[in-house]
Amino acid sequence: MITAKDIRRILLVSGWFMILTFPILGMRVDPLSDNIIWRLKNVMWVGIGTAVLQSLPHLWLLYLSIQAWGIRLWHHFRGTSPHKIVKKKAHRDSLINRVITNPRQRAIVCAVVLLLTIIYPQVVNEYQINIMIMALLYIMLGLGLNIVVGMAGLLDLGFVAFYAVGAYTYALLNLHYGINFWMALPLGGLFAAIFGLLLGFPILRLRGDYLAIVTLGFGEIIRVVLENWTELTNGVAGIVNIPGPTFLGLGLTPSQKILYLYYLMVLFVVLTIFVVNRLQDSRLGRAWLALREDEIACQAMGIDKRRTKLAAFSLGAFWAGIAGVVFAAQNRSVYPVSFSFLESAMILSIVVLGGMGSIVGVIFGALILILLPEYLRELSQYRMLFFGAILVLMMIFRPQGLISVVRRKYDIDSIKAEKKEGGA
Amino acid sequence: MSEPILQVQNLTMDFGGIRALNKLDITVHSGEIAALIGPNGAGKTTFFNCVTGIYKPTAGDIFLTPGKGEKPVSIKGLKPNIVTSKGLSRTFQNIRLFPKMTVLENVMIGRHCRTKTFILGAIFRTPRARREEREILLHSYRLLEKVGLAEFANDFAENLSYGAQRRLEIARALATEPHLLLLDEPAAGMNPQETEDLNDLIREIAGEGLAVLLIEHDMKLVMSLSQRIFVVDYGSRIAEGTPEEIRNNPAVIKAYLGE
Ligand SMILES: Nc1ncnc2c1ncn2[C@@H]1O[C@H](COP(=O)(O)OP(=O)(O)O)[C@@H](O)[C@H]1O
Ligand SMILES: [Mg+2]
Repeated sequence: MITAKDIRRILLVSGWFMILTFPILGMRVDPLSDNIIWRLKNVMWVGIGTAVLQSLPHLWLLYLSIQAWGIRLWHHFRGTSPHKIVKKKAHRDSLINRVITNPRQRAIVCAVVLLLTIIYPQVVNEYQINIMIMALLYIMLGLGLNIVVGMAGLLDLGFVAFYAVGAYTYALLNLHYGINFWMALPLGGLFAAIFGLLLGFPILRLRGDYLAIVTLGFGEIIRVVLENWTELTNGVAGIVNIPGPTFLGLGLTPSQKILYLYYLMVLFVVLTIFVVNRLQDSRLGRAWLALREDEIACQAMGIDKRRTKLAAFSLGAFWAGIAGVVFAAQNRSVYPVSFSFLESAMILSIVVLGGMGSIVGVIFGALILILLPEYLRELSQYRMLFFGAILVLMMIFRPQGLISVVRRKYDIDSIKAEKKEGGA
Repeated sequence: MSEPILQVQNLTMDFGGIRALNKLDITVHSGEIAALIGPNGAGKTTFFNCVTGIYKPTAGDIFLTPGKGEKPVSIKGLKPNIVTSKGLSRTFQNIRLFPKMTVLENVMIGRHCRTKTFILGAIFRTPRARREEREILLHSYRLLEKVGLAEFANDFAENLSYGAQRRLEIARALATEPHLLLLDEPAAGMNPQETEDLNDLIREIAGEGLAVLLIEHDMKLVMSLSQRIFVVDYGSRIAEGTPEEIRNNPAVIKAYLGE
């Protein structure tokens, strides 16, 4: 609930923000007349906005207490006990999780989604297909990073480095040896995976913040090298004229090429989901989760920490590498500036927003974070502000992400049946 | 007396200036239940951590017999996962389960060091990988039945009661197929009924040929289970013997009751 003290603090913080932002938002020099234009309205909005944001948690608490009140009242009039219901509710999975744990519903939903994905480019224009290709690319990147951050719990802030390795692998191999897209695809993934291993070795002992800082540095180093090693990478001027993917050696018109790339991306994403799903559900996937939960207990139970971490790093990097090759082929050019820290932050936001460790979550996260800014163009300059706000709000209200992870439920009856069969 | 399974000689562990273990000698024989007792802060948990490779001891030797009829090997300074794969497993005083994994999955983690499937096997689900996965599942489920947690197989480990979590830790440790099981205060926080069940469980485990080394403050449990008891105080061994001998040992009485 809001007390007088809270209100005072809210006002204080709002006033402070108004003073802080005053030089940037409150006044502007008109270059033509050399006059200062006061924009006090902007400052007022900052004040109001800050106050509203601050009171959100209070409003949330208010909402919760009203809800609790309502439930009590409801039970009071029906003469039932409130406690049972509350417990049951806590145990129920969300709608999406219930659907994906039910094999039949899952199959239906997958089929519908796939169908929609296939007819999508037929009903929208090229611009929108291109945006969707971007979104699919980020789903792939998100799923790759999800292995490292979501499953194995290793906070990697330099993921974009592997993306860059993939993109430049294709660009350079094509420039010097004329290697085509299809040959570059596995090579890009492989090189990125090797880089993942190389980065993995020195940081095996690091955890949490330290790991984050070192990976952040690694990401920046790669970009700086790409910018400055002019003889190899052509520096900031980048590499241009990279051919798009070929299709059985047929010549495609530009619009056919976009369509082709779109369907390729769909295929890659489906493949990625398939593989990540299998990994998650395997001995290795369980080891990743255990590593995330408790490193010491994990080792004490016989899991080789080094091997497990390196596997996560290199597999995550592999997907980033593949995505990099596709990125180079889609844009027909690569520049170091495409691989800045913001890119890493973006991919990480996708994973955190969607739900760490959840495949469906990552897909939602990518769609929201890539498509929303595209369709809300007016807001695009506030993009970073928007991301920041989203992440802060998520941390407060839903730290597990939009979709929380469900663990596989094993069918106990079938285990029992099998045990009898085995004669044990 | 049967052959020794764990031989610890002269084990010393310093933390900065503090000597947590001081030239400790402890030998556990195969198939026996032994207990390690002593006041809080005596160094019992530190002893477990040194033996299982979580701490690197300052000095001393640790030998483990990795199976029946095999020669003892030095496990000093080995990584925890290697020690576990040689047949030594443990539970933790402050429960260290994987809270966001299911009860069954927690036990399945214990099967890790006895199985092989890696990246390719997982992706392609080769026949071998499938067979292995089924083996992991059945073996783990059987262990859950043994500790009486089968009905909670699909619940998150964090939702179990305290006593059940301790039993789950035992099941998880058993899943690694140890020859020697180290239990760090398994009865802590249990009610009398749970403690009694634990007593039966440990007996059952030992009856299958496993050696058990137990840290415990519940003297009734210790006296009823152990064939031999080691007493440590300030990192040094102050007594060793049968429950009868320990009960009447003046040094032990002094350590426990003070002057
Ligand atoms: N990681 C550590 N760093 C410093 N001191 C430690 C560490 N672990 C244990 N100790 C010290 O070693 C002594 C023995 O602790 P412990 O083995 O936990 O005792 P017990 O399990 O017998 O109650 C204590 O004085 C404790 O403070
Ligand atoms: Mg202790």
